[in-house]
Amino acid sequence: MKNFQIIKALSASSAVTGKAKDNSSMFIAGGTNLVDLMKKNVVAPDKLVDINGLDLKKIEFLKGKVSIGALAKNSQVAEDSSIKEKHPLLALALAAGASQQIRHMATVGGNMLQRTRCSYFYNTDMPCNKRVPKSGCGAIGGSNRMSAIFGASDSCIAVHPSDMCVALAALDATVLVEGPKGKRQINFTDFHRLPGNTPEKDNTLDSRELITSVEIPDHNFTKNVHYLKVRDRTSYAFALVSVAVALDLKNNVIENARLAMGGVAHKPWRLTETEEFLKGKTVSEELFRQAANLSMKGARGYGENDFKLTLGANAITEALTIAASK
Amino acid sequence: MSKTSNINRVDGFAKVTGSATYSAEYKADGVVYACLVGSTIAKGRIKSIDTKKAEWAPGVLAVITHLNVDKPSGYQKPKDKRNFGQSLQIFKDDSVLYYDQPIALVIADTFERMQYAASLIKADYLKEEHSTELHKAADKERKIDTDKGNDYHRGEHDGYKNAEVILETEYTIPTEVHNPMELANIIAKWDGNKPILYTKSQGVEGTRKSVAGVFDVPVENVEVHSEYIGGAFGMGLHTWPYEIAALIGSKKLNRPVKLVLHREQMFTNVGFRPYTIQKMGLGATKEGKLTGLTHEAVAMTSSYEDFMEGTVNMSRFIYNCSNVSTRYRIVPLDTCTPIWMRGPGEATGSFALESAMDEMAYKLNLDPIEFRKRNYAEKDLEQNKPWSSKFLLECYEAGMERIGWKNRKNEPGLLKEGNWLVGYGMGTGTFGCYRSPTSVKAKFLANGDLVLQCSVNDMGPGTATMMTAIGAEVIGLPSENVIIEMGKSGLPKGPTQGGSATTSSVGSAVHDSCNLLLSKVIELASKNVALKGIPITDLTFENGVIFSKKDKSKSITFASLLSSNKLEDFEVENLSKAAEEAKKYSIYSFSVHFVKVLVNPNLGKIRLAHVVSCADIGTVINQKTSAGQMFGGAVGGIGMGLMEALEIDHRFGRPINNNFADYHVPVNADIEKQEVFFVNKKDPISNPMGTKGLGETALVGMAPAIANAVFNATGKRVRDLPITLDKIIETVKV
Repeated sequence: MKNFQIIKALSASSAVTGKAKDNSSMFIAGGTNLVDLMKKNVVAPDKLVDINGLDLKKIEFLKGKVSIGALAKNSQVAEDSSIKEKHPLLALALAAGASQQIRHMATVGGNMLQRTRCSYFYNTDMPCNKRVPKSGCGAIGGSNRMSAIFGASDSCIAVHPSDMCVALAALDATVLVEGPKGKRQINFTDFHRLPGNTPEKDNTLDSRELITSVEIPDHNFTKNVHYLKVRDRTSYAFALVSVAVALDLKNNVIENARLAMGGVAHKPWRLTETEEFLKGKTVSEELFRQAANLSMKGARGYGENDFKLTLGANAITEALTIAASK
Repeated sequence: MSKTSNINRVDGFAKVTGSATYSAEYKADGVVYACLVGSTIAKGRIKSIDTKKAEWAPGVLAVITHLNVDKPSGYQKPKDKRNFGQSLQIFKDDSVLYYDQPIALVIADTFERMQYAASLIKADYLKEEHSTELHKAADKERKIDTDKGNDYHRGEHDGYKNAEVILETEYTIPTEVHNPMELANIIAKWDGNKPILYTKSQGVEGTRKSVAGVFDVPVENVEVHSEYIGGAFGMGLHTWPYEIAALIGSKKLNRPVKLVLHREQMFTNVGFRPYTIQKMGLGATKEGKLTGLTHEAVAMTSSYEDFMEGTVNMSRFIYNCSNVSTRYRIVPLDTCTPIWMRGPGEATGSFALESAMDEMAYKLNLDPIEFRKRNYAEKDLEQNKPWSSKFLLECYEAGMERIGWKNRKNEPGLLKEGNWLVGYGMGTGTFGCYRSPTSVKAKFLANGDLVLQCSVNDMGPGTATMMTAIGAEVIGLPSENVIIEMGKSGLPKGPTQGGSATTSSVGSAVHDSCNLLLSKVIELASKNVALKGIPITDLTFENGVIFSKKDKSKSITFASLLSSNKLEDFEVENLSKAAEEAKKYSIYSFSVHFVKVLVNPNLGKIRLAHVVSCADIGTVINQKTSAGQMFGGAVGGIGMGLMEALEIDHRFGRPINNNFADYHVPVNADIEKQEVFFVNKKDPISNPMGTKGLGETALVGMAPAIANAVFNATGKRVRDLPITLDKIIETVKV
């Protein structure tokens, strides 16, 4: 690891100013991903701006929404009794991620900014357009069991590894950020981006901006929800495919549906077309199978991950069935 | 049950409180920090290597490569073929034989400066075409040039082909890595021409020999400490290039050098279980009598060293079959040399054999256990010897009872619990019982404590606890009064810890030395005036007092016996060996693993609802440590069955999942219910305690048990490990 400077920010605005001075500086919160990346020489910032001292840890239930501070710990949110009651899908998704030790360290903002787990990104001897632009994509034609089936490009087939973000995408969350030009809001589904020709950019955040909180509008998805995570072992593994489902059911009729997938794209993969399809229809096995097939429209495999096409459809059917039966 | 059969681990307190000192934790004055820089290609030559930036970096003391190394004098001598891993002579020349092969050693005054300097080293290569894929290099297969490498035939060659019912199948296991929690590590220093190593070794004496050979110094000059080991699973069976590199660095700087491998290097530089393709041919009568069995293995080795293991051996003796053929071939690939990994060979072989037995049972429409019983071997047909003891049938019965085998349906896919398909499977394991000549010193101190000394290591199975229990039992002392000194050179010579032989070898030596100590103490006491005239046969020793059995008033305390003889303590050292009688018998441990799985066929999810492991290991010396070993071995087998595979990107010859996030081993949540059972009957032949060995057989047979259970649940036969979910769900071809 090369030598680096670390400074402690006392306010959001000073954090932003402190970082803005230096292009190669980065914010550090829980550090559960960044420290690994630094140890492996995947990223090598000259300066870290430690934001752990900022007052951004609160979970506040406001009129029409909940505001979750960017520095709230993953375990804090997952175990918050009001979150469990009002946003059970988020609590389920958080609890499915990482291990309890990591959830105690990891923050909400950091979770959003975690990098892909694609092996080629981590191995600095390998080509990776995300790590070194124009060096090539190792995963295409290589080991791509974990890779994307939606929205990938010839430059990059990496997936975003978060579970939490899949639930936040499904729940129409908003990201609040602060930068040198002031504050702004980003729709959660617009926060992460597809790789295109610039896979080095994971999201639409300006490099000088700081996430301050995430807001989720109130909704009726408090009962028929499920987060299904399919992975290679029962705990402490990234999703091969995950599905976040939230249904608003009245007498077995779907008034409203929210659906997003994880482990399948460069961003949490919201399935709005499927949501529309489900709206107003009566729950049935056949309906869920149709919804699953519709959801997989446009999916493609890259060899080792071809199984995700079947698995993805099956996981959607399964998650919808479980959510509807709660 | 004896008083000592359930004592706690004697080193448990030291381990959980952190006071146990592992190799890299020793304090060495003036210690400096080293690491290895690996090649970024899999085969070729180093055209140039730029070390300037690293040399100029702050705190750097030395950068050693093939260009500036003082080559150890032993490099000139012929290689000792038995020293696996040593055929790669580090920094010998510019050749690159595998990806991440060490090409430079960087030493600096602090860990951080060393790491930074290492990142500045850049090499240019003349690349050559590499070969890392066994399936594509099969044309290079060849026999290994030793007796063990010969083909084996009993009866007709490939006699299975003439049977009424024939099964021909192929099975694959991928490369698996040992990767214990404690990384490979060493502190190396020199006292003149005497190398001193604090290192992670499963065999102090073996390490001494290897190091003596490389540096051309007398074996007695090599001092090795390896008192605590944080797991090894076989990777500590040989001395590796990183250990030699640290010694080279220390010699150059004349300072202690500490070198700890990175986790990534644990996947590339210290061996692994070799990728192996196996072909099985089974022939049987319609009534289920095996008439022929052929087992062939093609396994990888490195380009610079031959490696083989007992993959096909179990097929020669475990069933009663008159026509058996086995063949073993190796294929050199551009990787580091493999090394035995827990349940070596046999674990790989049992996956093929016990899967094939299951497949044949279905062909014959027989219960898999009934099929095995019909082919039960009453004696060892390979060696044509009687078993010393064999309680395999008891293992079958105990396992069937515990797993609920009676609920099993022979036809796959019939049982359900909710939406989950239910399946039951089993697999047999075995491992030979070996006993190496071992010396143990037993010493009484004046305060009544017993000291037992042996250079053997304890990598975790509880060797020190076993020695304590046997010593306490023989002498009749509380186990708290036994002090163990082990894991370093200079002590009476013990064996390498491997092959499930430690208790048989060292336990026997403790047993024999303690008995000798007792008789010598009594002999000495009989000469004392207090006991004059009493025949030795009438004397006994209990609780620190030697007395006449007939008249307890005639006695002398051990302490006064010592003082009257002007002694501070009293010791004996004894070399213990297997009896000649043992050669007339075939001595094996046996195990059977039973598994109940629940499978969601849509998601490919396999749940281990219940796992039962039963073993005939002779006498159980300690219930707790034995159960611990059996649980751990079974979990290792579960990893082999469901998760473990080192993936290589063959375009680059590099591993892809060289970290614990991507290389999966089981976690607690993967196994819902697990139990172990021991027959616990003394073997009359193996050794004085009647033990047979446990560490290896604890893993052998688990992977096929899972594969067989998955088939019973789903009707899907997975012949290539690990059984990941994509092999269970129907895959759409794109």
